Amino acid sequence: MGALMVIFSLQKDQRRKRTDSVEDELELSAVRHRPEGLEQLEALTRFNRKELQILYRGFKNECPSGVVNEDTFKDIYSQFFPQGDASKYAHFLFNAFDTNKDGSVSFEDFVMGLSILLRGSVQEKLNWAFNLYDINKDGYITKEEMLDIMKAIYDMMGKCTYPLVKDDTPRQHVELFFQKMDKNKDGVVTIDEFIDCCQNDENIMRSMQLFENVI
Amino acid sequence: MAAGVATWLPFARAAAVGWLPLAQKTMPKPPVDKKSRSDEILFVNVSGLRFQTWKNTLDRYPDTLLGSSEKEFFYNEETQEYFFDRDPEMFRHILNFFRTGKLHYPRHECIQAFEEELAFYGIIPEIIGDCCMEEYRDRKKENQERLAEDTEAENAGDAPLPPGATLRERLWRAFENPHTSTMALVFYYVTGFFIAVSVIANVVETVPCRPIKGSIKDLPCGEKFSVAFFCMDTACVLIFSFEYLMRLYAAPSRCDFARSVMSVIDVVAILPFYIGLVMPENEEVSGAFVTLRVFRVFRIFKFSRHSQGLRILGCTLQSCASELGFLLFSLTMAVIIFATVMFYAEKGTKGTNFTSIPASFWYTIVTMTTLGYGDMVPDSIAGKIFGSICSLSGVLVIALPVPVIVSNFSRIYHQNQRADKMRAQQKVRQARIRMAKKGATNAFLQHKEDGGLQDGDSGSTALCVKNRSAFEHQHHHLLHCLEKTTNHEFTDEVTYSEVCMTDSVGFRTSRSTSLSSQQGATTSCCSRRAKRRAIRLANSTVSVSRGSVQELDTLHITKTPAGTQYPQSRSSLNARTEDLKLNCDDYTAAIISIPTPPANTPDESLPNSPAIPGILRNSRSNTYNIQETVKISSL
Repeated sequence: MGALMVIFSLQKDQRRKRTDSVEDELELSAVRHRPEGLEQLEALTRFNRKELQILYRGFKNECPSGVVNEDTFKDIYSQFFPQGDASKYAHFLFNAFDTNKDGSVSFEDFVMGLSILLRGSVQEKLNWAFNLYDINKDGYITKEEMLDIMKAIYDMMGKCTYPLVKDDTPRQHVELFFQKMDKNKDGVVTIDEFIDCCQNDENIMRSMQLFENVI
Repeated sequence: MAAGVATWLPFARAAAVGWLPLAQKTMPKPPVDKKSRSDEILFVNVSGLRFQTWKNTLDRYPDTLLGSSEKEFFYNEETQEYFFDRDPEMFRHILNFFRTGKLHYPRHECIQAFEEELAFYGIIPEIIGDCCMEEYRDRKKENQERLAEDTEAENAGDAPLPPGATLRERLWRAFENPHTSTMALVFYYVTGFFIAVSVIANVVETVPCRPIKGSIKDLPCGEKFSVAFFCMDTACVLIFSFEYLMRLYAAPSRCDFARSVMSVIDVVAILPFYIGLVMPENEEVSGAFVTLRVFRVFRIFKFSRHSQGLRILGCTLQSCASELGFLLFSLTMAVIIFATVMFYAEKGTKGTNFTSIPASFWYTIVTMTTLGYGDMVPDSIAGKIFGSICSLSGVLVIALPVPVIVSNFSRIYHQNQRADKMRAQQKVRQARIRMAKKGATNAFLQHKEDGGLQDGDSGSTALCVKNRSAFEHQHHHLLHCLEKTTNHEFTDEVTYSEVCMTDSVGFRTSRSTSLSSQQGATTSCCSRRAKRRAIRLANSTVSVSRGSVQELDTLHITKTPAGTQYPQSRSSLNARTEDLKLNCDDYTAAIISIPTPPANTPDESLPNSPAIPGILRNSRSNTYNIQETVKISSL
């Protein structure tokens, strides 16, 4: 009797597996993405041909399907920050790169984001940063949004820091930020306030040149 | 850090722009990257098989050979490629690791070879991907076990005892390895015989014999011949006790020995007898005493010292303990379930056998193991239905753990077979290895004999000097340097043992040179120049007794120490033939060619016979009549 039961359950598993595999196949085929041609990308970004080739080879090696989904993105980014938890910040980054909001970062998204960050003008970079902080993309950075970002950044540090990260450290940092940026003290930072303020800050201006030669 | 992480680093750094507006302090300066950013294709030549890959691919893992500057050591300027003199098949897998980030283990390759390649290229085996990790670990464990067996077999108790072994150690060794000495073997068989006798006596005791005159009832033989059986039993117990005490005395660690399974069995086997001796002739106690006699049957387990198969079986059961436990547990569960069901099913039947649940246990067990004695049979329909279900499921429950036990047994059995084969072949292997090693030493010693170390004319060395490679030249030169450094010389073992033995004066005439040559005996002399004057080598009689034919091709020419006339005793054909003072007494002739022994050599001064190239005839003479020596060699 036990044998019969075992046989029945096996059959059920097999049937389930068959349907699963069909769905899996559909899913896989949907996720193969080919990027635009080299010329178009050259036009869209500020990389030259060789650089695009190098970038694509690396990208394709890591993501043979042509797109990065959020989990992979989080994994990759977490490898750089082993001490802390980089998943939240990676989530925000993902949203910043995924310009067309389709849940995956294709090579074009990737390379356009990189182009702005590495070869863009200061204005463009600041724009990008603002976009990152503005989680709901409504044009204003609220204190809550900033707090989320700040907490995410401090999470990346982990707990073994000196001095220790206290519970309200992110909040204090947010206050500092708003004191600096929020000129009209209305509790939100708009894009103009942000860009203005950053352009007047020498430190920020200087640091913008830091990552020019990354690629 | 893992693989492709290197690829994404530029991206991560770019994304750091997002922190810049929030920074409370100034950012540090970025590292200056002097490397050229452009990618290029590298050529890697592995034993003729050319691979090409992007430089970036290799740079992904900077802590490996290929990813670091270490590969520059292998760069070939003329061909503009990196050349590795390694296995090209294996390199494929290594390169795939760089490309895909996952290391796979090729199943058809030897695990040692694979690990060596990994070690060479600086890749740790722990990063083998999950798909291949299982296989890799299994193979590695198997390999390690095999190697452990090898070393174990080498260090097995077959090794000769150190000379200073105490009686205790010798005794223990005799017990553990009976085939090492005749006495031990005799003892081994005697105990085996007595175990058999004891067991048979126990069995025959209970067989009904013909009744003694005057009585009708059949008596068991034990009571008929009670005296005889008692004597036999006593003898056996005495022998077993003696053996146990001897073992206890000889054991290196008495506590461990007392706790080991075999000693427990020994004790249990002989205890009933002693208890019976001290027990009073009490009616009720003798009942218990009879039960104790059952333990005598444990003597049969003593056979496991004599039989390897029994030991394997015991080992198997030990290793399958968990499966056996599971079998027992599942059986118990099933028995309880079915017994309960049967009991309640048969409750209504009149005069049923199923009087209680424990009573139904018997029925369940008999049915599940498909024995079916038929002493308890269900009557009601429900009982019959459940009874049939019980018997069907019984087969399944028992059949499940059996393959596991069988496979365990077969694995251990094969392991044992392998170990035995290893041990048997080990001796041959060691002998061959020793010979190969000796070959090298012999070559050097012969080289010395041939006067190669002399600064004499090289032309005459051509005759008897065998062809030697550049390697051998340098090697011999090295050995010579060592000799000079320590002011001692290399000899061989036989000479050495001879020197140890015959440190006294005394020499004997050596007519038996021819004898020894006929036998092709292997002898050697001490070639210690320092002792040459002092020591007179034992003559050929000694060598004859030692006559063990070497299976080597090399001729082993040795020199005698009796250098009363000439300090150096190098008597080579090529060198000054006039000075051929006899120093060398013995020689070794290969079995290939038994040189014709001139029976009258010792006393005659033989003229050298350079006509026969490389043939040196050697004759022994005593140290006082130093005549010419002609060496015999076989080419």
